[in-house]
Amino acid sequence: MHNLTLTQSLAGLAGGDFSSRELTAALLARIEQFNPQLNALITTTAASALEQAERADQQRAAGSAGPLCGVPIVHKDIFCTDGVRTSAGSKMLDNFIPPYDATVVERLNAAGAVVLGKANMDEFAMGSSNETSYYGAVQNPWARDCVAGGSSGGSAAAVAARLVAAATATDTGGSIRQPAALCGITGLKPTYGRISRWGMIAYASSLDQAGPMARSAEDCAALLQVMAGHDDRDSTCADNAVPDYLAALAARQDLTGLKIGVPSQYFGSGLDSAVEQAVRDALAVYESLGAKLVEIELPNSALAIPAYYVIAPAEASANLSRFDGVRYGHRCDNPQDLEDLYRRSRSEGFGDEVKRRIMIGSYALSAGYYDAYYRKAQQVRQLIKQDYDAAFAQVDVIAGPTTPNTAWAIGEKSNDPVSMYLEDIYTIATNLAGLPGLSLPCGFAQGKPVGLQLTGRHFDEATLLQAAHLYQLNSDWHQRCPEEFCQ
Amino acid sequence: MSNWETVIGLEVHVQLATNSKIFSASSTAFGAEPNTQASAIDLAMPGTLPVLNRAAVEYAVMFGLAIDAEIGMTSVFERKNYFYPDLPKGYQTTQLDKPIVGPGKVEIELADGSKKSVRIHHAHLEEDAGKSLHEDFHGMSGIDLNRAGTPLIEIVSEPDMRSAEEAVAFARKLHSIVTSIGICDGKMAQGSMRFDVNISVRPRGSDILGTRTETKNLNSFKFMQDAIALEVERQIDLLEEGGTVTQETRLYNGETRVARSMRSKEEANDYRYFPCPDLLPVVLSEVTVERLRSELPELPDARTARLASRYALSDYDAAQLGSDRATANYFEAVAANADPKLAANWMAGELAAQLNSAELTIEQSPISAEQLAALLQRISDNTLSSKMAREVFAALWAGETDVDAIIDQRGLRQVSDSGALAGMVAEVLAANAAMVADYLGTPEEKRKKKLGGFMGQIMKASKGQANPQQVNQILLEQLQALDV
Repeated sequence: MHNLTLTQSLAGLAGGDFSSRELTAALLARIEQFNPQLNALITTTAASALEQAERADQQRAAGSAGPLCGVPIVHKDIFCTDGVRTSAGSKMLDNFIPPYDATVVERLNAAGAVVLGKANMDEFAMGSSNETSYYGAVQNPWARDCVAGGSSGGSAAAVAARLVAAATATDTGGSIRQPAALCGITGLKPTYGRISRWGMIAYASSLDQAGPMARSAEDCAALLQVMAGHDDRDSTCADNAVPDYLAALAARQDLTGLKIGVPSQYFGSGLDSAVEQAVRDALAVYESLGAKLVEIELPNSALAIPAYYVIAPAEASANLSRFDGVRYGHRCDNPQDLEDLYRRSRSEGFGDEVKRRIMIGSYALSAGYYDAYYRKAQQVRQLIKQDYDAAFAQVDVIAGPTTPNTAWAIGEKSNDPVSMYLEDIYTIATNLAGLPGLSLPCGFAQGKPVGLQLTGRHFDEATLLQAAHLYQLNSDWHQRCPEEFCQ
Repeated sequence: MSNWETVIGLEVHVQLATNSKIFSASSTAFGAEPNTQASAIDLAMPGTLPVLNRAAVEYAVMFGLAIDAEIGMTSVFERKNYFYPDLPKGYQTTQLDKPIVGPGKVEIELADGSKKSVRIHHAHLEEDAGKSLHEDFHGMSGIDLNRAGTPLIEIVSEPDMRSAEEAVAFARKLHSIVTSIGICDGKMAQGSMRFDVNISVRPRGSDILGTRTETKNLNSFKFMQDAIALEVERQIDLLEEGGTVTQETRLYNGETRVARSMRSKEEANDYRYFPCPDLLPVVLSEVTVERLRSELPELPDARTARLASRYALSDYDAAQLGSDRATANYFEAVAANADPKLAANWMAGELAAQLNSAELTIEQSPISAEQLAALLQRISDNTLSSKMAREVFAALWAGETDVDAIIDQRGLRQVSDSGALAGMVAEVLAANAAMVADYLGTPEEKRKKKLGGFMGQIMKASKGQANPQQVNQILLEQLQALDV
């Protein structure tokens, strides 16, 4: 049963092949078996999952099944869940139980999804390997001594290891697409504003965006359908109509007329040759499906990482000020005075990478440096947007590698933050421009999965999903399963 | 005249009278149990987001229109970063480079009748902080977040004021404007308006500003007046002794009348402002601004002018009544059924005195406008003398309700029947032949002083109910008739 995709599970539930309770119990058993080593989930909610499953079965029997009725999922532990500890991968929130659901959680609950638990993640979504989690690194199901990627490493590993068919995740600079690539699954970062951020613990508010991770584009489409849409509680959440994504997939039989831009900047130095080969092969498949490949330029690509590492930490430095030991979260023992309370609560509660980014951000915003760093970075952000505007005047989709390398060994880059940051070189610009991006499996290098990244126009997730879906109808990379998790 | 010139600029925090907070749906009502009006957003729980209150934006625009300011058609919220326990997010959401209200001006009137224009640099929208409670927690502090997120406009003046009197006149005028247009309840004691006063002194004739200090959080005009006087004196003393003024933030305690330094410039925070990514820029349409302009309630200056002309009041009376919306409303309700001049006199006299000593606002007056009007009618129709009227006023103040019933019960009707009065006068004159002879023997220009004696006797004979004006006239007539 664990080998079923979300779409297949829904069909099985609808056909009466199995109940949600059976499916849920089977996956909970797998979690119990594999999670202690994989470390993909921080919290398992077995009891409430079984209750939700039973309710889903009753609803289905009563003919009132929602669109995801009875399908198990996991939430990245950055989404607040009413009554369930939400840690954001941090010691700071190890004791934090929110009294409210994130909009994403609320909508998926209403659609009938069954929540098996909360997925591991880099602390406050700051990291590219899941190693900054207070709860430890996540193993990559394809190579268990390697990282699962980050920050949504737990979500990616759980899906790749068939602990669950689908997961929610967030992407600020690549945190959905990069772990999806490293774990051989499909992940979509929608347009900024497509999904409400209410109840999603903020890292960098102008870049954070929730999205689905699953084993196919079709499954991502089904999840996005439920997650997307306006929310009064998030002023930055867009008010435009949500298309019928599954209908869009069914409506397109080939890619004739689709123009795919291939940026020369994404195939330069630093790109692993085997990764490049897998991506080039995938592009050839696209040509065979009727798409036209167009060489394009994104001249300011190289500036994306430096701009990101000013803007994101700047926003984070303010977003994380609320974790002060006063109202909730970690509080040091016996504070001597206010200064001591702040200093020790925050020193003890935050890990090194979080502290590093708070310091970078505070510095970039401080008097005398604002113009040189923060303002300059915002100007670069504009240039990057302009690059994309120019590109999308020519093409419908931009394609390239999701990451320059496959998964690296756990511990290999933990002491070299800049080399870690460079793993997000192809994903970060998308967030700066607010565009949707999708990563799908397109082969292997050194026995580890390679991801193909597709970037689209604002609010044009449908085209990305169509392009990914048609590729998946004509390839089987997304169906490959890491051997020890196949049985 | 001192050799020193005082230079004062104000930063005024005005709590907007919206029902809910600027970024959440929590109530802004004053006086609730601690933390009962604090939602997940006000507590800055993880993942919560602000949503801007439309009414707060409209109120800010109304203020801008009231002071004839440039309206910021696109304004931007920024985060002002600092740690304090009553600031839950660790930053205050405020405006900096693009405030909602740009430069404007406020006219003030001084005691000598002269007028002066104070320039407004800008006014911006922001959220209030919570309160730290330092008592009753055994060495710890309590935090009450009911106030956190209450919408404020901070009005920043240019350093255009030259004395405490001007500063207080400016503060009073702002109070008058914001209460007149209904964007603030004006309750100073509850912190609805709070003043930060920037003060410096310089040698008279100099055009270079001296080093300033900022005295924060004054919430009464009296405290403001005292704090400025104290600080000006301190700065002048320092400079005259050859010292220098340190740029610092000061706190003034209105009860003990002592000020102290809170922090110096060196200790000041670097607030690391940047645009708040959770809020979109506030973009106003011309249509909205024009609608607010057309709906703007009457401003104090216009109201004062209207009262003066409609009710034929002196400029002074009109200004007294016109500066406060509630006072003007009360006056107009009285004047609808009574002589306006009499209404103005009674409001400025007896009513104001009683309200002051009872520490009540005009809206809390135990005597309604209708009751006062009924009382004033009985003065105008000569039923009551002013002495009697004060007695009726006291009865109304004490809770009695019907003016005519009070008059009847106490037999306060004055005698205005000229036949009866003439008889009383004649009787008194007949009974006091010596006084009459003395009067008639006095040169005419000095006779007036002698009238008091007769009046006293006549009023006594009438048991105080004779109409004094009428008695006076009849008395003169009868005395003149005897002077042959």
